[in-house]
This record gives sequence, C-alpha cells and structure tokens, in this order.
Amino acid sequence: MPAQSTTHTLLSASVVAEEKRQRHKRFSLLAPGILTIFCIGIMPLSIVLIYSVLEPGDYGGVSWVLSFDAYVQLLFEEDIFDETLTFTTSFLQIFLRSIGLGLFTTIACLLIGFPTAYFIATQPVKRRNVWLFLITIPFWTNLLIRTYAMLLILRDQGVVNLSLIKIGLIDKAIPILYTDFAVGLGLVYAYLPFMVLPIYASLEKLDFRLVEASYDLYATRFKVLKRIIIPLAKPGIAAGCILVLIPSLGAFITPAILGGGKSLMIGNLISLQFGQARNWPFGSAIALVLMVIVMLSLLTYLRSSARKGLTHD
Amino acid sequence: MSEQTAAAAIDIRATSKIYGVNRATGVVALDEVSLVIEDNEFFTLLGPSGCGKTTLLRLIAGFEQPSQGEILLFGEHLEGLPPFKRPVNTVFQHYALFPHMTVAENISFGLEMLGKKADEIAATVSEVLALVQMEQLADRKTNQLSGGQQQRVALARALAPRPKVLLLDEPLSALDFKLRKEMQVELKRLQNETGITFIFVTHDQEEALTMSDRVAVMRDGLILQVGKPRDIYDHPARRFVADFIGDINILKGKLLSKDGAEASVELDAGYQGKASLPESSENLAEDISIAIRPEQLSLVDDSTAASFSGSIREISYFGSGSDYEVTLSTGEVVTLRLQNRSDVNHAHQVGDRVYLLVAVGSMQILAD
Repeated sequence: MPAQSTTHTLLSASVVAEEKRQRHKRFSLLAPGILTIFCIGIMPLSIVLIYSVLEPGDYGGVSWVLSFDAYVQLLFEEDIFDETLTFTTSFLQIFLRSIGLGLFTTIACLLIGFPTAYFIATQPVKRRNVWLFLITIPFWTNLLIRTYAMLLILRDQGVVNLSLIKIGLIDKAIPILYTDFAVGLGLVYAYLPFMVLPIYASLEKLDFRLVEASYDLYATRFKVLKRIIIPLAKPGIAAGCILVLIPSLGAFITPAILGGGKSLMIGNLISLQFGQARNWPFGSAIALVLMVIVMLSLLTYLRSSARKGLTHD
Repeated sequence: MSEQTAAAAIDIRATSKIYGVNRATGVVALDEVSLVIEDNEFFTLLGPSGCGKTTLLRLIAGFEQPSQGEILLFGEHLEGLPPFKRPVNTVFQHYALFPHMTVAENISFGLEMLGKKADEIAATVSEVLALVQMEQLADRKTNQLSGGQQQRVALARALAPRPKVLLLDEPLSALDFKLRKEMQVELKRLQNETGITFIFVTHDQEEALTMSDRVAVMRDGLILQVGKPRDIYDHPARRFVADFIGDINILKGKLLSKDGAEASVELDAGYQGKASLPESSENLAEDISIAIRPEQLSLVDDSTAASFSGSIREISYFGSGSDYEVTLSTGEVVTLRLQNRSDVNHAHQVGDRVYLLVAVGSMQILAD
C-alpha cells in the first residue's frame, strides 16, 4: 500500500510538473507577441489616456492633477472671468469637417480605385505585376515631398492653371490651392493605393467564370457588376474603405500644406495642441474621441454585415 | 422567322474560330465547321482536349464570336448578340455557382434578370428544384453542398429560365465514377422530361455513347463524323474515330472489289470477306486499313472454320470478361474480348496456338 501511494504521488507530481512546463513553454512562445502588442499598442494608448485626464503643464507637458477639463473643453467654452460654461460648436465643426472630408476622400478613392483594381485584375498575370509596381511607386517618396509637389501643381502659377490659361479656357488663375477641394485632392492622391491594393486582392481571387455564368443567365453588364462582382469583392472594398477613411480622418500634413492652415482638421488640431497650444491633455482627449468614433462605426459595420451573413469564410 | 416550318435548333454554317491575327499565324480552334442539331435532340460533341468542342459551345453561348461563318438558333441569326440576349443557358464544367447566394437564389438569378414576377419565380424555382430532387436544400449556401448536389443546382439554374437550348460543358468530369453514372441517367431523364435540346460536350466516349441521340466526333477543329452512337461505334469512318471510340483492332489488307456500300477485302493475315465501306470511298488505295472490334472476334476449335490463327501473347482478366492478345502470322497483334462465363472453359495459356473467327458484317474499312 505505501509503495503504491508513493508511485501515485510521484506520478501526479510529474503530471503537475509537465503541466507547468507546458504553461511556461506556451508563455515563452507567446512572449514576443505580447511584448510587441504591449510596447506599441497598449502602452502608448495608456499614456494618451492618462494624459487626457490630467491638467496641462505651464510650458507643455502635463501636471499630475486629475481633471476632466480636456473633455469638457471639446463641447463647452469657459468664460475667462466667471468660469461659466457655454456650449460651443467650434470643435464639433472641425470634427464634422474632418469626417466629411474623410468620407469624400473614401468615396472618391473608391470610385477611382475600384475600376483601377478591376482593370489590373483582368490583365494577363505578367502585366498585373507591372501595374501593381506602378501603383506602389509613389510610396517610394516621402508624403511631405509628394504633397509639396501637389502644391506646385495646384498653385496659381502651377501646371493646372497655366495650361488652362494657355488653352484659353480661363483668363486668370482660379484659386485651387488652399481650398477644401485641394485638401480632398491631396488626400485622394495620398491614399488611393490603400484602396486599390485590397480591392485588387479580392478581385484577383474572383472567379471570372462566375461573371460568365451571370452573363449567360441574362444579366446585363451593370447587373453583373451589381449582383456578382461587387458583392464578391466586398471584403476588399470594406478593407480599402477602412484603410483610407481612418488615416484621412487624422491626416495633418496634407491639410496643413494644401489647405494652408485656413480650415482646421482634427489632425491639425491635435498636432496644434502638442505644439503651439501646449495643451497635451486636450490633444490626447481629441485623439481618443476620434479613436472611439472610428471604433464605434467599425463595430456597427461589422455587426450589420454579420447579420446579413456576409462574413466570408 | 425563317421560311422553314421546323427550323433546326442549332444550324452552324461553315463556322471558323481563329485565335490570333490570321489563319497562318494564329491558332485555328474551329475550321469551317457545319453542323445541324435538331430540336429536342440530345447531341454530344465528343473529342480529345483541344479538339474545338468547347470553343464551339462557347460560340453558341456567345462568349466568343466566330471569325467567320454564322450560327442560327431556330432559324434566327445569333451574330452580335451578347450571351445575356441569347435564349441559351450553359452548365459549366466547374458549375460556377454564385458562392454568396443560396441554392434558391442561384436558381432564381436568371429569372430575376429576365424580369419575371416574384410569384412566378418562386413557382419555377420550386418546380426545377423538384425536377433535380433538391427541394430540401433550397436554403443552403452552395459551398455546403457535395459535388453531385452542386451539379444538380447548376443544372436547375440553367434549366429554370427554360432555355431553347441547354449547353453542357463536360459537367460530369469532376464527379466520381458512381455519381457520374447516376447523373448520366439523370441527364437523359431531364432531357426527356423538359424536351429541351441538350448539347453536351465531353471527352468521355462511353458517356457520349450512353446518353446521346447523336454524336459528333471532333479533332483539330474539324468534325470527323456525325451519327447515332451505334453507327459511330459500328461503322467508324476514319481511323481516328475508330481509335477514339472503344477498343478496336486495325489490320492491314487489300481492297479487291467494291459493291455498293460493301467491298470484298483480303486481310494480310489471310482471310477474305466482306467489309463496309466508309462514306467517302473514292480515294481508297489498294492498301487499306480494316477495323474489327474485339468482341466481334471469337475462338474456334478447328482450323477449317477459322478466319485466321495466331498465338496468345497475353491474357488480361477484368472481371466480366478477358482480353486475349493474339499475335498473327503477319506479326500484327489483335485483341479479342470474351465473356467469362462459367459454362465456357477458357483453358488457354499464354503461348497457345488459337484459331480466330471474325463475325459476319463486323469488318469496317477506314479512311485515314
């Protein structure tokens, strides 16, 4: 009996040791991933979150006093003398303008990007890579440089205006630069590849025999596009829209250069708070609110597409 | 409409399809093919891959335009009509079912595109689902179906708009043997029940013989022979057709005299007899090829009744029967096929000398 129980304990001890070893192994294998997510994801976000509930320091930075002023500031204006709060829409307008411009950029990118991606996907395999290569060429140059190039093209003495005058369509330069249109154009230019590439990826996988089958079943070209191609390219379209909408909401180089700082965007507003305005908590608060808005809309989208059973497996 | 009272379902007139700039530098997929397919016919285009059978189907469907020639559907010209304006539907080789739709949605697609009313669509969908015995799976996604079920949905989808002609592009090639057999019967039944003209493309000669009313054998963009399965099997006009359909022995011989559709021939192996002439027999030389099916040969006991003799080179057993390869005095090897019946004792061994008898009326002269 005693001998048996000893073996039993030994056995269970070895089982426990084995389990422990497995757990260690699992953890050490996961460690690089966890560390990466912590360092580049959770930690910076936590800093932003903490800063947003502190008071601004006198010379930039933060002073460690808990305060929700930053969030209040977004919607209310504090009277300098009696500290009463009045509702203000000035920041709300910036949000709305940014969202509007972001949506414009996304839709314009979609309208240009989808036919482009379709064109590339229907080319012979060898030529596709050449086209994809051409699409990625702009990435080789810094966005700042490319945006300045846009500035040179759009300004009053730029290529567009000069050639329009030359062919006699207009008498004097029309102001394109420093308008919302210029900002939109710059954003479309900057983010178009992010729309083309994911849509191409899903169109490239599309079985064009399905297109043939729908032609055969009396679908006109427009109906084929609407009922077959677009539904099947939906994952790519969604990915492209997300990849364009999110960075264009927070863009600040393009609005700063092509918008001339006349119309403030969220991105500029945030960068302003960390720069001249020296209000880090307010900048953090704006950034977080923007993030929450984006996350909520993404969740809504995912919910609705899951309900329609459009999840692709 | 045309002047004829009963126009053919499909009338293909001297139609060619050339990929590339011209005949000399391009690839000739179809070479001045003319073919008439009657209404309510189960017609099969049979040939090896690259023979142009699928090209011909795609020309009828409208996915490709002929380089020259014209195609008429019940007397009406199809030229310039896109696929969505042709009352013709296709069952594709890999089914091409829409993955983002259910079975019922797939089937109703064509009807919706034709602008049919919702209640009419619902009625037709349940009707064709019953026709292919898939009623209980109407709400499934197509990727939840087995190969055979997908096949049925593809058929139902193509039949739902009631096309005047149904085109089937090797629809059974992806199925396993047993399922293929089932679907062959099923297809034949569907054709009978619907009365729609079926044009079936396949490289499987057995499939073609089992199902078709008529078969066209194709090679290199040409139609070599058109006829009922039995005619093509029994009287192959050309060496390729004979070789492609079933097993056959081709022996050398001499043409002695012609007499109507028949001729007297002498095999080099030493047998004189009557043989059928091919359709175009004018250009036959004195040296000819004569085809005999393996099942038309039998073994006899004594040399006087035999057509010729030889020695057994190999015996291959395949269950219901056995193939005997026999080397003749000329060095030619013929195969004869015997049923394995318990009341017949085939005690032959490799190396045995045997006497062979050719069945009367089984010899066919081949044009090259």
